[in-house]
Amino acid sequence: MSGTSMTTRAWLLMLPLLAVMIAVIGWPLIDTIHLSFTDAKLVGTAGNFVGIDNYVKTITGSNFQRTLVTTAKFAIISVFAEMVLGVLAALLLNQEFRGRTMLRGLMILPWALPTVVNATLWRLIYNPEYGALNAALTQIGLLDAYRSWLGEPGTALASLIIADCWKNFPLVALIALAALQAVPRDIQAASLVDGAGPFARFRFVTLPYLAGPLMVALVLRTIEAFKVFDIIWVMTRGGPANSTRTLSILVYQEAFSFQRAGSGASLALIVTLLVAVLAAAYAALVRKTAGSNT
Amino acid sequence: MLKSKRNALLGATLVGAFFATNAYAETTLNALFMAQAAYSEADVRAMTDAFTKANPDVKVNLEFVPYEGLHDKTVLAQGSGGGYDVVLFDVIWPAEYASNKVLVDVSSRITEDMKKGVLPGAWTTVQYDGASYGMPWILDTKYLFYNKEILEKAGIKTPPKTWDELTEQAKAIKDKGLLATPIAWSWSQAEAAICDYTTLVSAYGGDFLKDGKPDFQTGGGLDALKYMVSSYTSGISNPNSKEFLEEDVRKVFENGEAAFALNWTYMYNLANAGKDSKVAGKVGVVPAPGVAGKSEVSAVNGSMGLGITAVSKHPDEAWSYITFMTSQAVQNQYAKLSLPIWASSYEDPAVTAGQEELIGAAKLGLAAMYPRPTTPKYQELSVALQQAIQESLLGQSSPEDALKAAAENSGL
Repeated sequence: MSGTSMTTRAWLLMLPLLAVMIAVIGWPLIDTIHLSFTDAKLVGTAGNFVGIDNYVKTITGSNFQRTLVTTAKFAIISVFAEMVLGVLAALLLNQEFRGRTMLRGLMILPWALPTVVNATLWRLIYNPEYGALNAALTQIGLLDAYRSWLGEPGTALASLIIADCWKNFPLVALIALAALQAVPRDIQAASLVDGAGPFARFRFVTLPYLAGPLMVALVLRTIEAFKVFDIIWVMTRGGPANSTRTLSILVYQEAFSFQRAGSGASLALIVTLLVAVLAAAYAALVRKTAGSNT
Repeated sequence: MLKSKRNALLGATLVGAFFATNAYAETTLNALFMAQAAYSEADVRAMTDAFTKANPDVKVNLEFVPYEGLHDKTVLAQGSGGGYDVVLFDVIWPAEYASNKVLVDVSSRITEDMKKGVLPGAWTTVQYDGASYGMPWILDTKYLFYNKEILEKAGIKTPPKTWDELTEQAKAIKDKGLLATPIAWSWSQAEAAICDYTTLVSAYGGDFLKDGKPDFQTGGGLDALKYMVSSYTSGISNPNSKEFLEEDVRKVFENGEAAFALNWTYMYNLANAGKDSKVAGKVGVVPAPGVAGKSEVSAVNGSMGLGITAVSKHPDEAWSYITFMTSQAVQNQYAKLSLPIWASSYEDPAVTAGQEELIGAAKLGLAAMYPRPTTPKYQELSVALQQAIQESLLGQSSPEDALKAAAENSGL
């Protein structure tokens, strides 16, 4: 079969999927881009063309800049912690011991929980009046009195990050654990015979096999963390004093609470652009690591 | 042969009857309520069951969301084209809902009997620009609840009549070691905080807007926030108030961990007679206090109404459901968690029995209800004020600066 007819056939086979993608992603995206140049309200009027007004107002607004910093903090810290915890958990679960299968199963549980359930759970744990965290910390003497974890700007974001980590590190662990199965046992044995210490073995034998899959996990988690909405909406609604308001919450407020669909769309597109840049940077990194492996 | 024909006929009749009943019960109403304060979910379900029993041709699908999701859910459903026939709406939304055509004008459907029977204050809940966008349903304001036992132990004879007296009494309770933080408020970054703030604004004789421009940053508006901050920093208010919603306040109060609490009507019977309440039988309620020389009592209009959405295909059935839910008979029957909108109900022993104290407070409180600003941009103003309140409580900003910033960010 010639190359051209292969290409034609491939395109023909892809056509239904492409049509669906254009319908559910392409069209709304174009519509959103159009909206972002108007002053449309959510309900009622279609709005007038206002040029790049929405973008200028959004980017120069103090809300956007402050929220961008909060989002970046949340994403960087939570993803970093999830990667470290995930790899450590995977290394542990890769050892031979009794009950390993059960532990592996249990580990997935937090990740399998719906985010809203997870958020509600952690809100109970952090409750300032009867929360489990306060009870535990006062009983072991680390804390004199119950305190408000989600009500203080100093601890609210950190508390959210912990809740997010608890939910999402299992995904990283799962990916890392799968990758660990590919590390050849003979190389491990050989390095042991050669007298390599545990750190050297991890760095030179295990890590090269983990790098690629971990990069994928990193991309996925960073994009997700940058778009974070539900866990924060349920736990703090962006408070106290907007110290945990992320970009997605700002988009929601602008487009739905304030019903300014136009400027909400411009904000949403800026967030999309930021995430796309991140994704592209990671994709380049993934290609590079994949290239160095082969 | 004849027999089989008869059977076939019988069968056809049965099938026909089956389809006929189906065709008969064909109107389905979708209604959106809240799962928070006022009537409980069980109450709303029971009222609705009574309605469908009386109107078998109408089926009502009920959906309950937390108050925090009520506005956005209503607007989003409308924006996406489908949605609800009947929605519960807060007193602060008719301006926006009317300008954006979320609700339909029902002024022509309101009868003379309704106009005469319903308390005048209740009507302000559903009106904007001279038109009515629904029927008032939940007539509510924030009252000052107190724990009689704790006040007695502290040697306090009468509950506070002014906000300064509240401060003094709370200090006395704190100094006697009865409670570390005697007052509980709902100051979470939410509408709840605005309701507490509005109560104080009304006490201090402040204004939200003057000629459509923010006016809360000086005078009574500023005094109200200053009172909140001093109550918070002096240690007489529960510091966790800044993450409390109304339900958190109720739990703290029911556990006997607050001597005073500001909350809606529904807390009275739950705290005073609820089986989970540790303070049952010890709950006192008075109108929120006033300020010497400025006001006797204070109150926020926290009422809510039921309206028909502009996208509803069954406005007539929706209206008959609304008139049923807001009827005096139904409201009198379920008057334990929310008080009726009907003036004569307050003299009806069936309504007042067992809650004379609440009715007494309601007569004064409901008459003093102060509105939050009526503007289509209310949501923006509210979010800006929530931030100002929290920043002042946390000491990130002075009340003056915080309110000035809120005025600038309010979009007005």
